[in-house]
Amino acid sequence: MTGARSFVVDDREKGIFLLDREALVSDEVLRGEMKNIFAKCWIYVGHGSELKRNGDFHTRKVAGRPVIFARDGKGQVRCHFNTCRHRGALVCTERKGNTRRFNCVYHGWIYNNDGSMARVPGDEAYTAAFDQSTFGLKAPARFEQYRDFWFMNLDANAQPLVEYLGAATDYIDLVVDQSPSNTMQVIAGTQEYDVNANWKLMVENSVDDYHLPSTHSTWLNFMANSGVKVESPKDPSLILPTHGLAIDLGNGHFTTDNINFRGRPVAAWIPIYGEDAKPEMDAIRQELVERVGPDRAKRICDTNRNLVIFPNLVINDGSSVTIRTFFPDGANKMHVTAWALGPVEESESMRARRLDAFLTFYGPGGFATPDDVEALELVQQGLANYTDDRWSEMSRGMGREAAQLNSDEHHLRTFWRHWDKMMAGEQAGEKA
Amino acid sequence: MSAATMTNVSVTRAEVEDFLYHEAMLLDAWRLKEWEELLADDATYYIPANDDLEGDFKSSLYIISDDRERIRQRIIRVLDPNCHAEFPRSRLCRLITNVRVTGVEGDIVKAAANFSCYRYRRYQREFVYVGRYEYQLRKSGNSFKIKERRVLLAAHELGSLGSVSFVL
Repeated sequence: MTGARSFVVDDREKGIFLLDREALVSDEVLRGEMKNIFAKCWIYVGHGSELKRNGDFHTRKVAGRPVIFARDGKGQVRCHFNTCRHRGALVCTERKGNTRRFNCVYHGWIYNNDGSMARVPGDEAYTAAFDQSTFGLKAPARFEQYRDFWFMNLDANAQPLVEYLGAATDYIDLVVDQSPSNTMQVIAGTQEYDVNANWKLMVENSVDDYHLPSTHSTWLNFMANSGVKVESPKDPSLILPTHGLAIDLGNGHFTTDNINFRGRPVAAWIPIYGEDAKPEMDAIRQELVERVGPDRAKRICDTNRNLVIFPNLVINDGSSVTIRTFFPDGANKMHVTAWALGPVEESESMRARRLDAFLTFYGPGGFATPDDVEALELVQQGLANYTDDRWSEMSRGMGREAAQLNSDEHHLRTFWRHWDKMMAGEQAGEKA
Repeated sequence: MSAATMTNVSVTRAEVEDFLYHEAMLLDAWRLKEWEELLADDATYYIPANDDLEGDFKSSLYIISDDRERIRQRIIRVLDPNCHAEFPRSRLCRLITNVRVTGVEGDIVKAAANFSCYRYRRYQREFVYVGRYEYQLRKSGNSFKIKERRVLLAAHELGSLGSVSFVL
């Protein structure tokens, strides 16, 4: 589109990449994002395992939209707008539950759990032109799943979800393969917290391994205190204990792909798990080897990956598996939701270890996430000078001939290039 | 002697209050080494997720689920100037009220209290954590050792409280 402004300086010849900081502070930019990104892309709603029985539902806000994520009476997973067709009130106010009907408290309009209209009280007062059957709850234009990860799209013309995810499906598969029955489940307990920073800073932070030694030295110290080897390597190009890559997956998706040093419940033992965990973790690895072969088992167990599905879904397949999503609430604030994911057949003891491992790093009380939150809020505060200090520097690794490292900024540039194109009005499906 | 066969210790609400007020003073003042001396060798510190307050830490994702060793590591971390979320340190002020002794089993005193904990960081929003403490205290001489310390947040989600980067 001609005339659309760009927010990046992308000089591949000189190896310089700069970001206009207005992208992180402007309400006008946020309005553009709601129109060009959140209303065009596939946005994560929930995981099918959250809806165990027919009639189960969760209410949540997705991209600012109140929705009901529900399994209807026939077992079909659905996403309804939580908005009464009569006058617009929320029709469900409970966080979660099981129901056959959603009742609007205002005038008593009642909907079935598949969204269809059940009853309008006093319907004799309407003319023949009023067709009750057309007043079912509205839904996002599209609602599709990949391996039980459900996404909505407000754009009826969007490409199919699986096509949109493209190469990122390989990395979702690496997560789902961790379950012997290929069935992962969201574990009880939701972490919901705000960060007073632009939502795109969380995208960057979720995959930026450059910040680990400086932001998370207390976590590295904890790991060392717990007997985990975290010495800096001899190779001066590495700033992390092990080698890792940053990979562009197309369509704005990207991932880190690192040799693991921090332990994984499936199944890489570190001292934090305790000696008594060894036999069980050996057995988990053995099952994996038998099921997927030794090469893929090694791939799953001995690498860890932080995956970003554009624009705002992060799957951290690290010392635990987290699903993290976040939405802007103004240009300077975001709401974050994080869940833990585990194999459905996981034993009680391994489930406990998985949750413990989650908390060593992640979440509002973890040994690392609070410092990420602090760093992002410091950025947002510092950005108040943006009119006079305009550009964020993101060139790290651009001159590198070989594959891009996780501690480079290649994956961050991948995000920003795609974001910039979409903000200029290009379609979600175009390859970077 | 197990708790089941032990004669129940006698305890007054005032004793528990004195102990909780002393603990609150140490925590607000960041005197965490002294606070650690209040802990039993098997002490635990829990903050369940806001949406699953009844959940077990072995099957529900908590905000904090520390055993005694993890509490020791947490103290090391939060006193480190590289704990960026708490450097410079937040100013803390907690109000403790509605203190009740809810049960006695052998030498274990169960107690509950309501709290509001105000946390201030320069240039940042005011953080007000509100909820209920549930304690298991082991009577030890004229005082107590903390066996379990459970924090139940009143808010539906952590939301604008952001992190729990200090000892709440």
